[in-house]
Amino acid sequence: MNIFQQLINGLSLGSIYALLALGYTMVYGIIKLINFAHGEIYMIGAFVGYYVTNQFRLSLIPTLLISMTICAVLGVLIEFLAYRPLRKSTRIAALITAIGVSFLIQSLMIYFIGADTRPFPQIIENTNYDLKLFTISKIQLIILSTSIFLMILLQMIVRHTKMGKAMRAVSVDPDAAQLMGINVNHTISFTFAIGSSLAAAGGVLIGLYYNSIDPMMGVAPGLKAFIAAVFGGIGIIPGAALGGFVIGIIETLVSALGFTAYRDAVVYAILIIVLLVKPSGLLGKNVKEKV
Amino acid sequence: MKKIVGLLFASCVLLTACGNPGGGSGGGSNKDTSKESDTIKIGLNLELSGAVAAYGNQEKEGAELAVAEINEKGGINGKKIELVIKDNKSDTAEAAAVAANLTTKENVVAIIGPATSGASKAQIPNVTKAKVPVITPSGTDDSITVLNDKVQEYIYRACFQDSFQGVILANYAMDNLKAKKAVVIGDVSSDYAKGLSTSFKDTFTGDIVADEKFNQKDKDFKAILTKIKDKDFDFIYLPGYYEEAGLIIKQAREMGIEQPILGADGFSDSKLIDVAGKDNMNGIYYTAHFSEKAPASDKVKQFIDAFDKKYNKKPSSFNALAYDSVYMFKEAIEKAGSADSEKITKELASLKDFDGVTGKMSMDKNHNPEKAAVVIGLKNGEEETADVVKP
Repeated sequence: MNIFQQLINGLSLGSIYALLALGYTMVYGIIKLINFAHGEIYMIGAFVGYYVTNQFRLSLIPTLLISMTICAVLGVLIEFLAYRPLRKSTRIAALITAIGVSFLIQSLMIYFIGADTRPFPQIIENTNYDLKLFTISKIQLIILSTSIFLMILLQMIVRHTKMGKAMRAVSVDPDAAQLMGINVNHTISFTFAIGSSLAAAGGVLIGLYYNSIDPMMGVAPGLKAFIAAVFGGIGIIPGAALGGFVIGIIETLVSALGFTAYRDAVVYAILIIVLLVKPSGLLGKNVKEKV
Repeated sequence: MKKIVGLLFASCVLLTACGNPGGGSGGGSNKDTSKESDTIKIGLNLELSGAVAAYGNQEKEGAELAVAEINEKGGINGKKIELVIKDNKSDTAEAAAVAANLTTKENVVAIIGPATSGASKAQIPNVTKAKVPVITPSGTDDSITVLNDKVQEYIYRACFQDSFQGVILANYAMDNLKAKKAVVIGDVSSDYAKGLSTSFKDTFTGDIVADEKFNQKDKDFKAILTKIKDKDFDFIYLPGYYEEAGLIIKQAREMGIEQPILGADGFSDSKLIDVAGKDNMNGIYYTAHFSEKAPASDKVKQFIDAFDKKYNKKPSSFNALAYDSVYMFKEAIEKAGSADSEKITKELASLKDFDGVTGKMSMDKNHNPEKAAVVIGLKNGEEETADVVKP
């Protein structure tokens, strides 16, 4: 078994999970909500990419930008319509709404465009680069570099911009942040916009990678990315990225060892072990909740 | 934090658990009301949406063409056929519910479908209770018609069965491709693929150098393919449906695995080529029920023309099998002299030398038609070879 090759396979898959996990973790960090509709935004991102490339024959970067913009707007819209009215309600109410939104988007997509799998337009001529130790395809390189670029960009936004500062402030204490003159609603909308655009990028990249998209494609990766976020410590941005990569690599290695059929079970089992040993996740700090 | 995660898991488990509506409580047959009607109601229980919607929609087209032809010529015994079309959403539980609905609410005299094996099996209890005969056009799993050595009284099929396909493919690999070393990459989540794997392994006398497994809905096969890449083998045997098979073919060819890939009739959909990409579709072989290049009878040309006229495209195996299914019922109803479900069932069992577009067939004692298979070979996504293989 070529371990380096398997690592590359795992990293390509993992970077998509990481992109998705970032959205989960940011939204959770700021309003303590598990946004279950996140996987569906990823799916919509892939479909926007599909229509944009088919209709206008655009290359990858404009496709990514358009898809990310549309999904950012969609994310803000979902927050505004579905989650904002429930912000003062119990967490479980918001959670169930999120699950509802997820099913709603799936059903609407199936109703309007059908449940069929579609081939994603191949806008990149794929070639393999043989690097002796392993071969890496052009698309794998694009996936890795795009996601790492986006992650660094996100880290810059959170660390060094005013909006980033506001996000961090709101995540610590929304009421205090409001008293200091931060517009909490804008900050939350901004968080949804960024998270959704990352998911959209993941969707387009996965469409390109596998060449097959369908309205149910967001379900499994959405759940895996959620696991990745919890795994790395939900609410912690580097944790989500790390969790994504780790889950991708674990999945690939489990398949490589010949247990493909039990792949998901192994991922869940590892999650449970991590939660038992370190409930706050890999990068999480143990914070005692105040009563 | 801990609590939320726990809650989430609980809710996920609950959600999946709720996904199966009860299989429908069909039963009490009151078909007497429909006996004297002036139409013959045939139900279609097909995958019109969901994972394998392509199969169901093609069968719907085939059946509709046959019904249109029959009705144009005056129907069966002077009665027109009326199709009752229901979508089972590619879901086994839904297929059972649809069967209950067709037999108890719609009072159909016979059912065609579903297209896939799992769904076909799911409806057996309901149609058996209602005593309504079924022909599944493309459900190839052996246990559809014979379960635990007992022939299912009301279930028939228009296609050959999996064990037969596995045997044909193993023989084709050994005789036509002169191959000795196989890699098996099998779907473990469908009865269809499991049946194909078993019969292949029982027949193939060469070495099986690797036996890999995957699940339906998987998208990433790079790990498996990386593992087998450096092994010494002559071909890949790939029992599975077109969605996963397309992805496997694409990923394998992109990684430089050039060996022939053999599959069964689950390959026969243009989506396979769309997903895998035309340039990757080289050295792909699969068993088919029907090919224009190897016409099984004189009726084929007339069928292709009629199909082309109605839908403006070439017919596929699924089109052809559903078309044959309707004509099989027609012959059974004509011989029975009435559209009584029980009588139709009896006549189907003794169907002999029926001349369908997918070949000449006779029902054996296990309700499987004895007919020839075609192995199709693709080059750049185009049909290059078609070999008729007689049983």
